Amino acid sequence: MHNDIQSQPVHWSGPGLTRIPFAVYSDPQLAADEQARIFRGEVWNYLCLEAELPDAGSYRTTFAGETPVVVVRDDDGEIYAFENRCAHRGALIALEKSGRSDNFQCVYHAWSYNRQGDLTGVAFEKGVKGQGGMPASFCKEAHGPRKLRIASFCGLVFGSFSENVPSIEEYLGDEICQRIERVLHKPVEVIGRFTQALPNNWKLYVENVKDSYHASLLHLFFTTFELNRLSQKGGVIVDGSGGHHVSYSMIDTAAEKDASYREQALRSDNDRYRLKDPSVLAGFKEYDDGVTLQILSVFPGFVLQQIQNCLAVRQVLPRGTTRTELNWTYIGYADDTPEQRKVRLKQSNLVGPAGFISMEDGAVGGFVQRGIAGAADHEAIVEMGGDATASSEGRATEASVRGFWKAYRRHMGA
Amino acid sequence: MIDLLALCAFNAAYADTIDSDALEQWPGFFTEECHYRITHIENEREGLAAGIVYADSRAMLEDRIAALREANIYERQRYRHLLGMPRLQNAQAESAEARTPFIVARIMATGQTEVFATGVYQDRFVRQEGQLRLQSRVAVCDSTVIDTLLALPL
Repeated sequence: MHNDIQSQPVHWSGPGLTRIPFAVYSDPQLAADEQARIFRGEVWNYLCLEAELPDAGSYRTTFAGETPVVVVRDDDGEIYAFENRCAHRGALIALEKSGRSDNFQCVYHAWSYNRQGDLTGVAFEKGVKGQGGMPASFCKEAHGPRKLRIASFCGLVFGSFSENVPSIEEYLGDEICQRIERVLHKPVEVIGRFTQALPNNWKLYVENVKDSYHASLLHLFFTTFELNRLSQKGGVIVDGSGGHHVSYSMIDTAAEKDASYREQALRSDNDRYRLKDPSVLAGFKEYDDGVTLQILSVFPGFVLQQIQNCLAVRQVLPRGTTRTELNWTYIGYADDTPEQRKVRLKQSNLVGPAGFISMEDGAVGGFVQRGIAGAADHEAIVEMGGDATASSEGRATEASVRGFWKAYRRHMGA
Repeated sequence: MIDLLALCAFNAAYADTIDSDALEQWPGFFTEECHYRITHIENEREGLAAGIVYADSRAMLEDRIAALREANIYERQRYRHLLGMPRLQNAQAESAEARTPFIVARIMATGQTEVFATGVYQDRFVRQEGQLRLQSRVAVCDSTVIDTLLALPL
């Protein structure tokens, strides 16, 4: 843990979690510190799905924060990950997004690596015709890209640069583990991938995911079609670290009679709006607990989504202070019937960059980023539902957003 | 026989409809049962079926326009489509298949114009009541990245 608060480039007013200095979304020093203290620190970064590494030699290139990473399955069936950075001059080792390979070779000077990230070959190591070559003292075993620890949970592959990060089960905690198991209880397969470039700091997207307060206010589609109302049965779970959360709800006919929305005269409650082709919402019962929506996040940048039958994982990657890359991986179960798969494809209209209920999320972070220009010495108010980070049955709360800042400040030593 | 000129005229009208904000007319370019999908080249290569937009009826396209007009929140923006020459792959009296490259610039509320998408339409046209209509249009984008959000159709 770092405790050098004096060196922090932003000022937090008090120890609380209800005032967030706007400078955290634009300060370059803070962004650099986040890479070291969070993404290369004591966290588990989501890397990919096990389903994306089906065979020995299957690999994907991905990122832990901004650090490029290769994830690969070896002949022993185990998954390994290492920095995608040649030990020689630092060039990328693997250039493709995915593929199959017996080993990896940097194109620059042909230094090669095995699937576990060990440096195994140096071109012209002994020189050519007795000339040149590496010094006799050069030891390949002592050089190589940094390796990540790997933890796999329910088919999700996480990696960490830290020797001290707790086991993945301990990191997630029982409640989050159970909520992941609930969705990823059988083999999945990828049905599509899309990347959304967001014009804002990565933390604004993560906060948005955790913010159950905005969902039915910003997203008319959600509210009108009764996918998610704050008056529905449901709740917010915040784990003890604050960094992970689950927001969930279930269709509850009694709650639909609730007048709380009409009383607010909200723009988002519009009875006149009906679909001509309601098949986009026609799902099938898939889980015994009646939960029709579950959004789950793992600190720092992983999201698992179940919206009716539309399943996806999202990876949030910082790209400088004011850019974020959001990688969507849509999934189905390997044993889906063609009809079930069709339902997932149709419901995917709800999410992603053109999603009826999520296209706004791509824009609101940018609205904040633009809105806070010139206000680095001001702060956001995160006080809905008080100042605690506890789980609750109500969702008109920012408890899980405060939880994010609790975890963030602990990792950052702020 | 459906010919190149007919497809060019169809595409010109299609693009102009979107670019001039006559979005309510856009679903009319499709047959009642149709397939419209926006994806990218990597999903297409791997045979991954999901789309950024995925519709299998004209009514779903109408719903999308209604949602854009009434429900979704996005900054004012418009497109300028530039469509290339269709490459006719199969032409019959009542149907045709073609690939047409596109480039779409997006003009934002700020006044800025940027290239938003390039790619190719993979189309199947049919003639219905004397009118050409799209039975299937898959917009395969070259980039795997969408900037901020995709509101208007491609």
